[in-house]
Amino acid sequence: MINFEYARATDVADAIRQMAADPAAKFIAGGTNLIDLMKYDVERPMRLIDITHLPLKTVDETAGGGVRVGALVPNSDLAYHPLIEKRYPLLSSAILAGASQQLRNMASTGGNLLQRTRCFYFYDVATPCNKREPGSGCSAINGINRINAVLGTSESCIATHPSDMCVALAALEAKVHVAGAAGERTIAFDDFHRLPGDTPQLDNNLQPNEIITAIELPARGFAGNYSYLKIRDRLSYAFALVSVAAALELDGGRIKEARLALGGVAHKPWRRPEAEAALRDQAVGSNAFAKAADILLGGAKGFAHNAFKIDLARRAIIRTLTQAANGTPQTQSSKKIR
Amino acid sequence: MESRARPDTVSKPAAISVTLYVNGEPSKLAIAPWTTLLDALRDRLHLTGTKKGCDHGQCGACTVLIDGRRVNSCLTLAVMKDGARITTVEGFAADGSLHPLQQAFIDHDAFQCGYCTPGQICSAAGLIAEGKAKTADEIRELMSGNICRCGAYPNIVAAIQQAMGAKT
Repeated sequence: MINFEYARATDVADAIRQMAADPAAKFIAGGTNLIDLMKYDVERPMRLIDITHLPLKTVDETAGGGVRVGALVPNSDLAYHPLIEKRYPLLSSAILAGASQQLRNMASTGGNLLQRTRCFYFYDVATPCNKREPGSGCSAINGINRINAVLGTSESCIATHPSDMCVALAALEAKVHVAGAAGERTIAFDDFHRLPGDTPQLDNNLQPNEIITAIELPARGFAGNYSYLKIRDRLSYAFALVSVAAALELDGGRIKEARLALGGVAHKPWRRPEAEAALRDQAVGSNAFAKAADILLGGAKGFAHNAFKIDLARRAIIRTLTQAANGTPQTQSSKKIR
Repeated sequence: MESRARPDTVSKPAAISVTLYVNGEPSKLAIAPWTTLLDALRDRLHLTGTKKGCDHGQCGACTVLIDGRRVNSCLTLAVMKDGARITTVEGFAADGSLHPLQQAFIDHDAFQCGYCTPGQICSAAGLIAEGKAKTADEIRELMSGNICRCGAYPNIVAAIQQAMGAKT
């Protein structure tokens, strides 16, 4: 690993101050992605600012009936938190679908959002990659691209965001609280991550020197009818080829409200309001589910090795919505898909 | 990215003083910021029970317990764990007796080459402390961060079930 300096931040203001003083620095919390990338010489910070001592470690109910999750709450603690298990089981399920328990013990809530989008070429410094070195070219578009994106791609980049947690947070319409030198602001989850466009080096809209302080979950948790289905090459501890977060509010056999988000297919968790609108006021059933899937996947474009993802996603969407409607969410222990 | 223009080495960083409580014993170390906990355990404290497999958090051979929680020591910076209580496989046997997990791994022939075993045992101890795994399916899922290239998985599950006091 490259050499670097190390400093500890005592509070949020101190962290922002230290970052502003050294543009070549990076924050470190769980380190599960950053240290890995540093070992591959993909990330090359001059200094790490340790934010693990910041007071951002609690899960609290908000006045508005939601829940505010501190940015440093470990993924495992969040997944097993009684409030999350009871009111936001979609989020618990998605977190437990990702990584391993060791990594979930280390990884922070804020860090999960900030893990880099995934592509084998991004990790391989011997190859061109616009995300790693803007303007150098994309090796994946005409390379081995089985794991890459089929939605929202650009000529610059077809990487995917690997998080499972973020797919659930997108479906739940979480908000991201951030702090910076200019003060605090709140970012809607859909606006946090970016599509690659011609600036694939930017994964998200966090500004330089800004830090995530919390994730806020709205009151509506869809605890009755939800499912997170992750399709991958092995049954555990692998990134999604396709994943689906589905959440429904039902009135008898009719859909009152629907949320649908995909992982593994785009540079960010993939949602389309039109797909959810198409489910509203419809009768539960494969007709409505298939129509929503078609809308959500509209414009999907496969490359040499990943076109299979489009049909896989279509079927996974229908299956996940069926699981949600039946109140039989996908279990993340036994992987049998029902 | 602008960060690629950085020089290959930073000359300034001095070693940082940290105290690690490893298997109950305090060790004060002056350590470079880029030293992983795994390397500090193996190279500085000569506790070579903890193994370096992939060195990227993918295999679990480096699993140790920090303040009772299982983590990948290869992705942990030692300087960030000042004051932490760390348990490695060397800390399991007590008063000349094997820990129930160690005994169970022997009883069930839960390894061949043994390279993944220290990580498996630390991970299993973390799993039992978490209390989330009850069934064999749940053990398999929550042990998926520990790879065994010899394929001893069925026996590892049986060993963990024995240590949990569950029916095998």
